[in-house]
Amino acid sequence: MSILTRWEPFGELQQEMARFQRQMSRMFDRWGLDSAGWPTAAVAYPALNLWEDEDFVYAESELPGLKLNDLEITVTGDNRLTIKGERKSPTSEKAEWHRQERSFGRFERTIDLPVSMDTSKVEARLDNGVLTIKMAKAPQAKPRKIVVKAE
Amino acid sequence: MAQTNTLVKKEAGEVAATEATRGGIYYTPRVDIHETANEVVLFCDMPGVKPADVDVKFEKGELSLIGKVAPRSAPGRALNEEYGIGDFYRNFAISPEIETDKIAAEYRDGVLTVHLPKQEKLKPKRIAVKAG
Repeated sequence: MSILTRWEPFGELQQEMARFQRQMSRMFDRWGLDSAGWPTAAVAYPALNLWEDEDFVYAESELPGLKLNDLEITVTGDNRLTIKGERKSPTSEKAEWHRQERSFGRFERTIDLPVSMDTSKVEARLDNGVLTIKMAKAPQAKPRKIVVKAE
Repeated sequence: MAQTNTLVKKEAGEVAATEATRGGIYYTPRVDIHETANEVVLFCDMPGVKPADVDVKFEKGELSLIGKVAPRSAPGRALNEEYGIGDFYRNFAISPEIETDKIAAEYRDGVLTVHLPKQEKLKPKRIAVKAG
């Protein structure tokens, strides 16, 4: 080991700063946000909330500006839900854009559901830009109540 | 595929300059603004807001857009939560070129559209040329 080391008065501070920077970028990566705070492309579209009760699995997604006709929703027997659609951009002739934060175009997302579905019992509705899909669980996927007999 | 995958909600940070008295999380709605010869049009995504709960206000040179979202009660157990639900809020400073009495708004399929007509004197005019 050399006795002569370079004198770096801010070395420690620099290291601290670099560490802080790494931490911050990791944090933004994890949240999927860019430096302006908007989520980055790492997040799948459309975002889905999914929940279940004993008989049904529900999926909900925010799809403003779309009509049910613009969407193609499929549930397959091997418990896959696919939402496909296109958001068309409003046509405007001779307009100058000041802000464009909304996105348009085709999208498709497939997710695996936790249990098998009865594909004949799927309902979808779109209210004020919120899509709700209600899917009935296949009879064999429903929890069974086992009666325990007391002797 | 277009950039649709970037379309995710953003929680309101310093954008919402005025604080809300109602609790809960506010979201900054995504907005497109374009300008034609006669008007400025603002499109604002506010999914989940009932038409009666959309509030567009113009006061002291500021246009405020508020969308109150009724809590959607989910039965059962959550399996996957990718976005939060809350009210939408955003404010815009409006240029004096706008005919503020004639601001009109409509809400359909989760999208609020606000028309901000320009003042008559600022609209382009066609001048008839007389043949001498």
